[in-house]
Amino acid sequence: MANYSVLLVAALIVLSVPVLTLFIITPLIRASRANKVKLEPYECGVPASSLAFDHRFSVRYFLIAVLFIVFDVETVFLFPWAIRFKQLGLFGAVEMAVFLAILLIGYFYAWKRKVLSWV
Amino acid sequence: MLETAPSTDAYLMLSGTLFAVGLIGVVIRRNMITVLMAIELMLNAVNINLVAFSHRLGSLEGQVFTIFVITVAAGEAAVGLAIIIQLYRLKSTINVDEARMLNG
Amino acid sequence: MSLNDLIFLLPEIILATGASLLLIAPVTGLRDSISAKWAMIALLIITAGSLLACSWAVPGMEQTAGFARMFALDAFSIFFKLLFLFVVAIVVLLSDDFLRESRYSTWEYYSLLGFALCGMMFMASGVHLATIYIGLELLSLSSYILAGYYKNEQKSTEAAMKYFVLGAVSSAILLYGISLIYGVCGTLNLLDIARALSTVVSNDALMFGVILLACGLCFKIAAAPFHVWTPDVYEGAPTPITAFLSTGSKAAAFAIFVRIFYVALPGFHLDWSMVLATVAALSMIVGNLAAITQESVKRLLAYSSIAHAGYVLMGIVAMNVMGLRGVLVYSFVYVFANLGIWSIVLMMKRHEYAGEKVSDFEGLHSRSPFWAFSMFVFLLSLGGIPPTAGFIGKYFLFYAAVQAGFGWLAIIAVLMSAVSMFYYLRIVVAMYLRDGKEADVTASGALKFVAAVCVVATIVFGVVPNDLIDQVSSSAKGLHNKGAVTRNATR
Repeated sequence: MANYSVLLVAALIVLSVPVLTLFIITPLIRASRANKVKLEPYECGVPASSLAFDHRFSVRYFLIAVLFIVFDVETVFLFPWAIRFKQLGLFGAVEMAVFLAILLIGYFYAWKRKVLSWV
Repeated sequence: MLETAPSTDAYLMLSGTLFAVGLIGVVIRRNMITVLMAIELMLNAVNINLVAFSHRLGSLEGQVFTIFVITVAAGEAAVGLAIIIQLYRLKSTINVDEARMLNG
Repeated sequence: MSLNDLIFLLPEIILATGASLLLIAPVTGLRDSISAKWAMIALLIITAGSLLACSWAVPGMEQTAGFARMFALDAFSIFFKLLFLFVVAIVVLLSDDFLRESRYSTWEYYSLLGFALCGMMFMASGVHLATIYIGLELLSLSSYILAGYYKNEQKSTEAAMKYFVLGAVSSAILLYGISLIYGVCGTLNLLDIARALSTVVSNDALMFGVILLACGLCFKIAAAPFHVWTPDVYEGAPTPITAFLSTGSKAAAFAIFVRIFYVALPGFHLDWSMVLATVAALSMIVGNLAAITQESVKRLLAYSSIAHAGYVLMGIVAMNVMGLRGVLVYSFVYVFANLGIWSIVLMMKRHEYAGEKVSDFEGLHSRSPFWAFSMFVFLLSLGGIPPTAGFIGKYFLFYAAVQAGFGWLAIIAVLMSAVSMFYYLRIVVAMYLRDGKEADVTASGALKFVAAVCVVATIVFGVVPNDLIDQVSSSAKGLHNKGAVTRNATR
């Protein structure tokens, strides 16, 4: 049998760090000097136009955001291919074309479902 | 390994702590968006682990796997956001405690 | 890798292409839901055909692994892939009424089912932790959406949310385990992990990784300390999707469970077997005891499926030939019994969430004796009573546990099976001994077909199990000889 006690100790140490910092040490030593500017919602440094919770955003923002997340991150696969473009040759190019075609299917679907048009 | 780079142990402690922060966040936070962020934190802890090991072992497998984890995390975030929006449409809240029609 | 490798993937390529086409079909003008169903069934048949063709075309199936040893097309994976194809085909038939009544988009529904199936097939074939993880996530992400397919129904959306949060957390835990295993072994390939571990005696980081990995997997199969999501999700999800989650995605999780623990971690059997044995015992006890008091059939079956996860875990804990065969046989017979039960539950359904109280089954015998009898057979099979197929599966698993020296686990399993008969018989008593309500059983042709197929299979495989056992033995062979799966060197 492996020595499980070491595991337990490791788990306890790892768990204790966030517990200590989030709930015990920080409330004791942090300075709490709240003022109006500090509590304002952050809007890129310019004075906030409204409070965060009384301003509704259209749900379309979220749809665009969701699409953005997916398509944005998928491009990460292009980087390894781009770095080894010459070595991968035609085969790599064809593979990447297939990959992009799959993404385009998703894009085409979103487009035809009128997710991209602003009503 | 570069002389100046921290040891793998340091990365492991960092990722273990991040993972624990994420796990605690999922358990104690009531806002669905925050829960989603905590889950991302856990996945990124895994990424740190994988890249640190990949660096130490000199094998690329871990880094390639990290890319996959990042993309899957994006897909997960998209699905999660869609479910949150639907829940908000039906209940006008994204507090996980309010979701109690199923007695569990 | 080379073009030759593509032949390994042909069924998955066909399936993924077909599912993509199903996705874009409705936006190009096709709206007809009947043609969606037939398109999906045609896709499943073509995929199954190409799978069989590939398995014949690839010589020496036991030792093949393509794509830099990430993907194996061995007898084990073909067994599970055919099982998954069958499950999804049945779910398509079960979904018919639900889709017609609810007026949600049909094409996207089938497309998501296709992608989920694709993920399951990758799970069955994966011999590399990355392949397995991607397959698992493809299945999970599709399942989250499908669980919330009653978009305007609070229960369903809630189920999707709970499933999503807990599922995402569990895959993060699983990934953390994978990353630790990678750190110790320096590879993600299951066979190389086994090879790297053959020189390692004991390692705490590795044990931590294996335990985290096991936690993540136990969550996916709904074993006991990680089971809390199961009743809620099964209750809230549309019934055909509940059927899918409780059979298909569970069998897929068993497939990767077996693959990882039998291929990669046999050297550490002594270390993980006690942990998993405890989980198995806990699942059987918690699942069966909690099921007794349930009024909702869906929740009752959810708890019973937790208990069944415990039985199957016994086969993995045992780590011998009997155990491996037991897992395969049990996954197989469990699929038939469970899909049969869900088809009967769907027959009872008169509006969206009806047909799910135990009292709804009162007097089913006087209303439609044949379907009452079918339900009886399925419940006997779940309970593991001899003339049905469930007995064969339980026999293998219990025997394997005793053989491996886990007698105490087998005793718990037998006791808990007796307890399980108690709540299965509650439904039987309601069907046969209580007075019926007036409401009719509304069975469409598809539901009748599914129930009939399942009842025939449950009885036939129970009475003459030889063919099934032979098939399973040959499917299991490649996996148990350590290292036989992917001896083929990488290109």
